[in-house]
Amino acid sequence: MELQPNDFRRMSVEEFDTTKLLAHAARQAKERGYDRFPIVDVDSHHYENESMPEILDYLDDPVLKQLALAGSRPNAKNARILNTMVGYQDMGGRIPRYGLRNLEKTPPGKHQRDSALTKRWMDAVGVDIAVMFPTPMLALGVHPQVEVEIALSRAYNRWLCERILAHEPRLVSMLYLPFNDPDATYAFVKEFGEKKGVVGFLITSTRYKPVHANQYMKTYALLEEMGLPIAFHGSYHWHDQAQGMLNRFISVHALGFVWYNMIHLANWIINGLPERFPKLKVLWLESGLAWVPFMMQRFDNEYMMRTSEAPELKKLPSDYMRDMYFASQPMEITDHGLLKETMRVINAETQVLYSSDYPHWDFDLPSTIYDLPFLSDTAKRNILGGNAIRLFNLKVGAEKLAQMV
Amino acid sequence: MPEVFVEKIKDFAEGDRRIVFHDGSEIGVFHWQGEFYAYENLCVHQGGPCCEGVIMHKVEDVLGPDKIWLGQKFSADEAHFVCPWHGYEYDIKTGECAGNRSLRLKSYQLVRRGADLYVVTG
Repeated sequence: MELQPNDFRRMSVEEFDTTKLLAHAARQAKERGYDRFPIVDVDSHHYENESMPEILDYLDDPVLKQLALAGSRPNAKNARILNTMVGYQDMGGRIPRYGLRNLEKTPPGKHQRDSALTKRWMDAVGVDIAVMFPTPMLALGVHPQVEVEIALSRAYNRWLCERILAHEPRLVSMLYLPFNDPDATYAFVKEFGEKKGVVGFLITSTRYKPVHANQYMKTYALLEEMGLPIAFHGSYHWHDQAQGMLNRFISVHALGFVWYNMIHLANWIINGLPERFPKLKVLWLESGLAWVPFMMQRFDNEYMMRTSEAPELKKLPSDYMRDMYFASQPMEITDHGLLKETMRVINAETQVLYSSDYPHWDFDLPSTIYDLPFLSDTAKRNILGGNAIRLFNLKVGAEKLAQMV
Repeated sequence: MPEVFVEKIKDFAEGDRRIVFHDGSEIGVFHWQGEFYAYENLCVHQGGPCCEGVIMHKVEDVLGPDKIWLGQKFSADEAHFVCPWHGYEYDIKTGECAGNRSLRLKSYQLVRRGADLYVVTG
């Protein structure tokens, strides 16, 4: 394959191997002794478009299935069922694993590729259990057809449960909820909530539905009753009117991935949902950590002046945030002083969960947590795995599951 | 100080690179615009194999005399090698991190011994 790093340079690449790419990560894992404790990655990804024909097989609606299959053929040109977004995640080839993925060889078998590729990086990095999420479907919340969000996500969930989670004890997931349809959302929790490897449910944050709408209360009650957490996964949306004013990907990524999570977190707390569902655990994924002290300060300050507008609250907004969980990636690491304070105010030792976001371009290795000089050993082990094990009730023995290289 | 063989100079094409392993260290050696440069293959960010990524010329904005933005171009003079993990860019000629010039990779001396190129480790 030829990479085109420049307007006049070419670079020929004939093979790609995740284990080689992550050789330094494997060395880090060995040097730091990750074999001494479990590491759980609460936000990692695969590219479900690579398995789309299999996934589409799980579509019940024959007309939609035919449309989707026709659109997934190589010569389908612009016809497709999945909505896409302008993006430059690979930075014009600077992150070669995007373009080279297809070169990587995996053992034969229909559902082996996703599992094999995922465990390959898990073993290199030292991750024992990964919570696996899709990639293109992160934008499904702004698909123009609600029925497609429901149908496609149901097909994906069925495929994931049957083909991956049922066979791979090291992979778990929080399943996609078609949040644009409250009734379907409720139905998904009932249908999938007890499947093997399902440790909770996911709302892809990029959408325009308020979390406090009455139609969602029955779902939150059900999740609380079943003891299953709910997670909000951030993502950008360059077609959003405000984000559309940003002309570079760095900007829409930096702000966009926090944007909707800020809105959902605000609505969740100000509308008193933690009081209505005190046992429902809530996670916030892929927004990093720096936004949380901002939300705490901003809302505490305003709540003290506007208390009548949040009548269900019995404590400060920041106190509710301290009961929530935050995935660490992409951790803002350029100022350790600020990071230390951030971790202090959000009770990182019990509330932060390590996440890599691998294979995406801004992934974080466990060293982002392990190497922090201001965290105790207990805090590191909690963040790297202990908190997730407790939250998701994972059965993890003493033996390291990662086949560290 | 120990010297480690890199490559026969005639076999080391312009624009190419080699990775040398020595005593637990990895050293990336570049042949660029007639000179050789050597840096530790360990990104300052999260320790990635920074010397193994693509080489790309620095991107520059083109502004008109009235400061309006006209477009972008690749620099004719400054080229970077880019860490394949996350995109940290390093100036080939200095090993400085393009985003923050106070950060730089450890550099190594290179020595020609006849037709051969050696890197001075340690």
